[in-house]
Amino acid sequence: MEKAAIIGVGQSTFVRQYPGSIRELVFEGFKEAVSDAGVTAADIDASVVCSAPEYDKQRSPAGVLAEYLGLNPQPTFYVESLCSSSSTGLRMAYSLVKSGLHSVVAVIGFQKMSEISSSESQERMGRGADIQWESPFGTMMPAYYAMYARAHMEAFGTTLEDLALIREKAATYGQLNDRAVYRKPVTTGMLSDPNNRMSGPVASPLRVGDCCANADGSSCIIVANEEKAKTFCKKPVWILGTGAATASVNLAGRDLFTGLSVARQAAQQAYEVAGIGPKQVDVAEVHDCFTIAEMMAYENLGFAEPGEGKDLIRSKETYKEGRIPVNVDGGLLSKGHPIGATGGSQIRTIVLQLRGEAGDIQVKEPAIGLIHNIGGVGLYGNVTILGRAS
Amino acid sequence: MSKRKEVDDRFKKFGTVSFTGITKVNDFIGHLEEGKVTGTRCKDCGLVFFPPRADCYQCLTDNMEWFEVSGKGRLVTFSRLEFAPVGFQDDVPYCIALLDYGEFKVFGRIGTGLEEKELKLGMEMVTTANALPNGQLNYVFKKA
Repeated sequence: MEKAAIIGVGQSTFVRQYPGSIRELVFEGFKEAVSDAGVTAADIDASVVCSAPEYDKQRSPAGVLAEYLGLNPQPTFYVESLCSSSSTGLRMAYSLVKSGLHSVVAVIGFQKMSEISSSESQERMGRGADIQWESPFGTMMPAYYAMYARAHMEAFGTTLEDLALIREKAATYGQLNDRAVYRKPVTTGMLSDPNNRMSGPVASPLRVGDCCANADGSSCIIVANEEKAKTFCKKPVWILGTGAATASVNLAGRDLFTGLSVARQAAQQAYEVAGIGPKQVDVAEVHDCFTIAEMMAYENLGFAEPGEGKDLIRSKETYKEGRIPVNVDGGLLSKGHPIGATGGSQIRTIVLQLRGEAGDIQVKEPAIGLIHNIGGVGLYGNVTILGRAS
Repeated sequence: MSKRKEVDDRFKKFGTVSFTGITKVNDFIGHLEEGKVTGTRCKDCGLVFFPPRADCYQCLTDNMEWFEVSGKGRLVTFSRLEFAPVGFQDDVPYCIALLDYGEFKVFGRIGTGLEEKELKLGMEMVTTANALPNGQLNYVFKKA
């Protein structure tokens, strides 16, 4: 079967309010990715467009965006898995290329969240849960993750200080990322200082500083088969494995509350396909929509045993110089989380790392990188493993 | 002139704001009005569902019967919301929570009057039907 490589990556700057339309926003990520790959729109056989549709006024954005990007008459289609939409898009592109149906596929992720207010946005995000049986109680994403945080703290002795350490790490690197929406320093002291905005309650036990911000943004990843990858690209990054899983949307249908079963399952699949284990991962991007989400990711991906994620962050093993650097681009906590663009941005960071082009945040000579991208509160789990060598 | 068919949209009454009008398990609302919280059980394989479902995915039938959620469940986890989505601002602050009854779990809200500091994971609670100030219905968890 064909091998699949990533030959180009791009993303817009993530901002609170993008001063343009969706097609213009998407153009920014696309322009960077095609320039990076050294291709033109005509070299791209097909596109996969990824976002969460409830933010858009445009019905069926894929066709409109394909036209704006000069991708007519090639086929395009839309995929959605909430916050992991563009990782699902990458999985689609991988299968299209592996099957031989297409040779070069663009995965285009975007979200313009600023079209609606923050509370409306929370309400729409809450509707990513079970609208029949949960949403009528007034649910929202921070509260669901807060329920996991409480269970994790109770079971393993994880503390609010441990969660604050994750935010402090994110901010350390967010300050270095000129594409991030939040570039100010954040310290653990700010999350425990009652006079600081970062300590403000959102959904107990999570505070303002435990939560990522909404943002507008776009990302683009260009996937190619081996022949095209070698034609266009000096440093292709190979897709070594992908894994994807689902779980009950209603928390009542779940058994695990100290971690996400979808992340465990997707990771197992991806490791198996790639033929590696967690110890061989040199750099990772995980879905830190909330601090607790990164803590659980350490454990669900096998970087730490269940309950021992706190030891990784306490000993700074997930910093750039540590045993397993995680989210050294600032993560969602610093970059912001434009739903459909997020997975693509995570993938971009890992590709730049593996090519040795990550600048200030470059990890020392990584060979294998991993992306963990979650949709909803562990409704969809996607794990992708990339490598410098095929 | 033909008579307009009556639509059973009782589910509009569920929760502070309902996002679903019509479902085959509308009798759940009838039961709430009678003060009962109910789930469904497949008569063919015995699988128990909460929240209630009209169809059994295992048997591919709709041969279901209602059962009442009774007795005590254990508090699995909860969160107190200080910021609410559109439509729920008048309810703030409130706690959402999950109870484990062994055979099934129930997602819902903690009843008003219970302080966050009184809540301990693992504590026994009961699920009771509840009328909301805006005339809607839901169910809440109270100390057992």
